[in-house]
This record gives sequence, structure tokens and C-alpha cells, in this order.
Amino acid sequence: MFFRRLLIERVDLMATGTEILKMRRITKNFLGVRALHNVDFTLRSGEIHALMGENGAGKSTLIKVLTGAEEFETGEIWIEGKDHPIINRSPKEAQQNGISTVYQEINLCPNLSVGENIMLGREPKRLGAIDWKTMNKKAKEALQALEIDIDVTLKLDHYSIAIQQMVAIARAVDISSRVLILDEPTSSLTENEVNKLFSIMRKVRERGLGIIFVTHFLEQVYEVCDRITVLRNGELVGEYEIENLPRVKLVASMLGKDFDDLSEVKREKTVTNGDAREKIIEADGLGREGRIKPFDLEVCRGDVVGLSGLLGSGRSELARAIFCADKPDKGELKVKGKKFNAHTPLDSLKAGMAFLPENRKEEGIIADLSVRENIVIALQARHGMFKLLSKKEQEEFTDRFIDLLNIKTADRETPLKQLSGGNQQKVILARWLLTNPDFMILDEPTRGIDVGTKAEIQRLVIELADQGKAVIFISSEIEEMLRTCSRMVIMRDQEKVGELSDDDITQENIMKAIAGGQAV
Amino acid sequence: MKQESLMKRITGFRLFLPILCLLLVLLVNLIQTPTFFKITVQNGVFYGFIIDIINRSSGLVIMALGMTLVVASSGGTDISVGAVSAVAGAVCVVALGTGEAYQMPYALSLLLALIVGALCGIVNGFLVAYMRVQPMVATLILFTAGRGIAQLITGSFILYVKPEHFSYLGAFLPGVPIPTPCFVALFLILLTWMLLRFTTLGMYIQSVGINRRASRLVGLNSKLIIFLTYVFCSICASVAGLISVSRTSSIDANNVGLYTELDAILAVAIGGNSLGGGKFSLAGSVIGAITIQALTTTLYAMHVAADQLPLYKAMVVIIIVSLQSPVVKKWFSGLKSKTSYSEPAKEAN
Repeated sequence: MFFRRLLIERVDLMATGTEILKMRRITKNFLGVRALHNVDFTLRSGEIHALMGENGAGKSTLIKVLTGAEEFETGEIWIEGKDHPIINRSPKEAQQNGISTVYQEINLCPNLSVGENIMLGREPKRLGAIDWKTMNKKAKEALQALEIDIDVTLKLDHYSIAIQQMVAIARAVDISSRVLILDEPTSSLTENEVNKLFSIMRKVRERGLGIIFVTHFLEQVYEVCDRITVLRNGELVGEYEIENLPRVKLVASMLGKDFDDLSEVKREKTVTNGDAREKIIEADGLGREGRIKPFDLEVCRGDVVGLSGLLGSGRSELARAIFCADKPDKGELKVKGKKFNAHTPLDSLKAGMAFLPENRKEEGIIADLSVRENIVIALQARHGMFKLLSKKEQEEFTDRFIDLLNIKTADRETPLKQLSGGNQQKVILARWLLTNPDFMILDEPTRGIDVGTKAEIQRLVIELADQGKAVIFISSEIEEMLRTCSRMVIMRDQEKVGELSDDDITQENIMKAIAGGQAV
Repeated sequence: MKQESLMKRITGFRLFLPILCLLLVLLVNLIQTPTFFKITVQNGVFYGFIIDIINRSSGLVIMALGMTLVVASSGGTDISVGAVSAVAGAVCVVALGTGEAYQMPYALSLLLALIVGALCGIVNGFLVAYMRVQPMVATLILFTAGRGIAQLITGSFILYVKPEHFSYLGAFLPGVPIPTPCFVALFLILLTWMLLRFTTLGMYIQSVGINRRASRLVGLNSKLIIFLTYVFCSICASVAGLISVSRTSSIDANNVGLYTELDAILAVAIGGNSLGGGKFSLAGSVIGAITIQALTTTLYAMHVAADQLPLYKAMVVIIIVSLQSPVVKKWFSGLKSKTSYSEPAKEAN
């Protein structure tokens, strides 16, 4: 014990920058599954520290333990300025200890003003009432310190997700936090917004805060971070200075394999003999007022059609119109050559369509239901209310897909919410594969998912196409689309503006088309 | 070690706390009123406090069944059940008439009452599921209007039904020593359970209650499912109303099912169900309903005056509800796995 303490202090002396947060030998089990085992994590002041790992590596759990959202079983958390280990029992307690978190889903109050959000709980008072003038002034100052210039009297939801995140960061900095946790902040941001966020992160770093940055985007890690801690299977793989860890090595250490898994996924160019193949989907002037302008689209067996465009370009809206997730009010849709008039998603499901929505948490998972129920529910819906699939059938289906997609779950009766993000996504894929669809729409199936599962899902998409299914694939990552798609539809401002196929599908061409064709 | 895991299995059982609460209420009687558990036979029927509890809780059990499903599917409550039971009771009594003989066949009158009850449910369900009115507000309409409707039907009189066998439903069938409401409740519990178990409704209702948007996208008709639970709830309320009027062989539109909506919601909560919707346990709600009646009967057995009863009842309810609160639950589980935060360190080199 004594020796160990000595050892830690030695390390302290050797480290550059003061250590503001030390987590030591953190262990946590989750229903018998080991989530964290003897994990160490150290954060220094004035650094941006990336926390990397695959699905179920323990990133989220480590963050939850740190912020008090989950309890840990053994281990210690030390924070600078306290001479005893701290235990955060709630996010509020963590905040009092100087640890603030900004989640992908903003946890501020959208219906309050920006000023109120920043000063919430610390409103300046005059004669017992809130002093609005001073409050707005202080809020404005807090934002300007990070060079964010917005009207603080407007409601928070008036602004984009990106601005809302920045407000959350400004609040965290203003309440004199020392540790700022950014959990997947860039998932739903455009490139410009990401750059703005990074410049703000750098400013926060200059102020001496330590930032823990959780992300799946490798590029972003190398752009903004100083150090990387890698976790795998609930254990610490190592802590690295960024310059000492090239990308390939990072991926290898995350996967525990010695190769770049992604580069293996490459679509064999299919023999494009377009006319002979059966047309699964034919849209003729399909559209929905205010969401997506009328478009024509054909998807044949074996096609993987990518929808490419910036956020808000109408990618998801096009897909939703076809599946009738939002009922189109214009145009005509043919499925396998027959005119198809859907009123509800159930009609589309019965016609052999499947739709994996962009927003997994709000439209995909049914969190409290078990893995089994989540997998069989779409097939069950197609069978009808009074033809319950037998328990045995349900279990058989579930086990088959747990096996096939390599879903990591304690049991088939485990509530879906207890699985990691990537495994939840696999369950939703299983749900649709079980209905044996001819046509699948996959909207951002790899968002917020680790590299390994990403590669698995990409491979699966290609396999499905080879089996003769028609697929529409939507992703924000152009590289991913290049690897999987046989045809690319370009979207801009709620409109389909073009198509690329075969050798024309290059990153450059896509960029040009998205930007407006004529631009270089 | 083995003992601990057994303990954990018992305390981790979903219905552990609801059952514990019921047992605690009954335990008080063991000490206070030793005759409480005595069951005697008088006039050929069973008689005693326990019988009284099961008998009197039947109506509430039936209401709680419907309320459970409403809560699960919509995350809201139906506060019109008391009023709806009064409407159904009024329809039945008026249809039968106050003469020496029924003016409409008995079975047909019951059916008519249930149909009118279902109509009330259709109104509630339509407002909640299709118009997307908040459940509390939507059912508030019938909560206030329902008793007015019932008064309208009875012409604001307290009406009596003369033929003796009208009271069979609320009391005893000739030659059967167990009160009839128990059979009705048992039958409805079984019917509901089978409906949920052998059709997909159980899964659908939970799914819609947990995530309405995701449920729609996997092909469930979320609106229809929510609508159906409200109709079912009103039918349950009607059955409870019929039992109630049969007990007294009369209809007093102002008093039938008065405040029962609150007890029904409470039964669902005491049963360990989340009022936010989603996962539910029918058994929990049934236990909850029995607990509430056990509490009432216990207080009567302790000679608490009827007008002071709500106060004592409220006090006990506070204890029961806080026993099941997340804070106490967390404390419970903390007791179970009290492991230290300082595992001896490995000497690392």
C-alpha cells in the first residue's frame, strides 16, 4: 500500500502540468457483466484528452461513474484541491466538485432564455427578485469570453444544436469548473460548427481547464487533442501523447488487432446491367410540402444508393417520404412495379420495406423492452395483433440474430437500454432483418458507433445488396459512403440535385455536387 | 453467501415491495385486532374481516385493471372512472325500472350499461389518442360531466330496484358462500391476463407507452392502442359501477364510485407501476387495490370514525409510497451490496 502511494507520487512529479483529476483502479460490474476493471485515468490542467474505445469498451461507463450517474464498486477518484477521494452520487455533486458535462443531447432548458440557462441557480437578485439586467450582462460576458456573440434574451431552442452546446460549455466554464466533459458533442454538427466548437475548446484549454473529449471521429481527435486514453473491454489499454500514436496504431489498440479493419471493406464493383434487374422502388415526383421537394428515384435489386448532402439537405426527409414515416403529399410510388399507396409505416412494412431511423434513441429503441421484444416487434406487427409468435419462435429468432450480428448482451431478456449504443443499433438492424425486407433504408446506421461495429455494419450492407436486397444508405461520413454505395444521390436544400454512379463516385465529385456543381 | 443471494432474489422480485406493504397492513391487525383473521359462517355464507376486504376491494381491483393499462399505454391517468361507474349504474337501474318486475330483461340492462360505459371510454380515448389532448384534461370532461349525465338519467332521484335477485351481483348468489364480486373480479383479472398474454396487446401497450414514435415506425398503430385502453378502462369502471349499485339495490348518482378514481390511480402506484407509462404489472395493481381496502377495513376494525378515516388513510399511504420511492429503494440496494471502496491494491511494478 505504502509503496503504491509512493509510486503514484513519483509519477505526479514527473508529469507536466498539474494533475487535476485522477481516477484509480475503478471497477464496476453491470448485472454480472464487467463494465470497468481497474481502470486508471488522469487528466491534467490545460489539456484536451480524448477518451477512445470501441462499443462496450467502458467509455460511457467511466464518464457516468465520474459524473455520478452511476455508482462504482471499487476504486478512488481524486480531484485537485481535495485531500480525500471524492464520490459523486449525482451529477449535481459532480458539478460542485468542479466536473461539468455537456452531452450530445443538451441538458439545458430549451424554453428558457440563453441568459437564464447560463445563470440558472445563480441568478443575481435585487430586493428578492431576479435582476434581469445584471443577469443578462453576466451571461453575455460569459459568452463573450469564448467569443460567442449571440442575443442572450432569446430562448435557447431558438438556436441550433451547435450554439446550444456552446452555451452549455460557456455555462460550465462560468461556474468555475475544472473538468469539462464533452460526450460526443460533434455527432450532429456541420463541419463549420465543428470548427467553431474546436476553437472554443482551445480557448477553454487556455483557461487551464482539463477537457475530456469523447468521440468516434478519429480526424477530430488528431485535430484538437493533446492526449489519448484508450479503453478496451472495460480495461485500460494505455495513455498516449498524441504525437506518439499514429492513427493506425490507435485503431489497432482500440480493436486489439494489428490491422486497419476498415480498409478491408470494399465493394466489388457489381456488373451493372441495370435494365435486367428488378426495380424495387420507383418514385415519381414524390414529395412533401415544406420537407422535401418532388423527386424521382429508382432503386433496383442489389443497389446500395447513398444519399449525400449536408445536414438539413433533405436526406432523411427523402427516405422518410418513401417509407411513409412522414406521409408524402405529392407524386407516386411504385413498389416492385405496382402502384403503392401507403397510409402508415405498417403498410410499407407489409410491402417489404424496412426503415432504420436516424435518431436511434427517439425513434429506434424501445428502451425498457427486452432485446427479444425489440427484435421481434416489427415481425409481430406484420403478423397482426392476434397472431402472437410463440415464445419458442421468438427465442429462436433472437438467439439467431444475437449470434449472427454478434450482439453483446447478458441475456436475451435484458432491457435494451442496458446495451451499449452499437449493440442497440445491431438489435434494431436485427429487428428489420427478421422481417426479411426487399428494401432497406438505413439512415445514419453507424452514428455514434465504434470503428469495429462500423466496419461490421458496412460489411453487412454490402452483403445484403449481394443477396439481392435494395438499400438506401445515408451517412454523414463520405468515406463510408464511398466504400459501400454503388450509386450516389446528391441532395441540396431539400431537393435531389443529381446522381453519380460507378467511377464518377469520388470524394471530389461529391463535394463539388454538394457545393453546387460549378464550384471547384 | 447462498443466503445472501436468496435474500437478493427475494428483495429483487418486482412485487416484493407491494406484497410487503400489504403484509405490513395485515400485521397491524394481528396485534391490534386478534379476531381479524377469523372467518365464520353466518346464514350459510362466509363472514369476517378478510372476506370483507376481498369483497369490498373487488370493484377497486376491476377499476385498477383498466387504469393500469391506461397508465401503461399513455403515461396518463383516467380520472373519469368514478363518474363513468355512476353513469353505468344509472343506466342499468333506469333500464330495469323501479317496479315489482324488471321492465327490461336483466342481462340486456347490464349490456346496455356496459355499452354506455364503453361510449364514455370512446369519448376519452378519442380525445387522448386522436386529438392528443392531455389525458388528465381529456378525462376531466367526463369527470365533471359524468355525474351530471347520471343525474339526468335518474331524473335526480335516488332510485331503488325491488326484485331481490338484483342484489346477487353485489352480494351473494343463493347457496354460494363466497361474495359474487370476488368471482367477477377474478374473471376479469383472468380475462385481462389472457388478453395480454395470448395476444400481442401486452407487448404493444408497453411499447407504445415507452416510445410512441418508435412504435409507430415498427408498424404499431399507437393511436388505436391508446384508444382501446381507454375504452377498456371505462368498461372496467362500468362493471365496478354495476357491482356498486347492486350492493345497495339503488342508484345515488352523487355517491356511486365517489373518489374511486383516486383510489384506482393509487392502487396502480402502490402496485409498483410507474405512472410515466411503459412497463406494468397487473398483479401489482391488484395487490395495490387490495392493500387500499385492507387499510380501510383495518381502520374500521380499530374503530376509527368514518369521517376521520381519510386522514389516517393518507398517513399510511404516505408511508407506503415513500417505502417504494427511488430513494428508499436505493438505500435498500445499498444495504445489500455494501462493498468497500478500498480494495487492497496490487503491488505493481
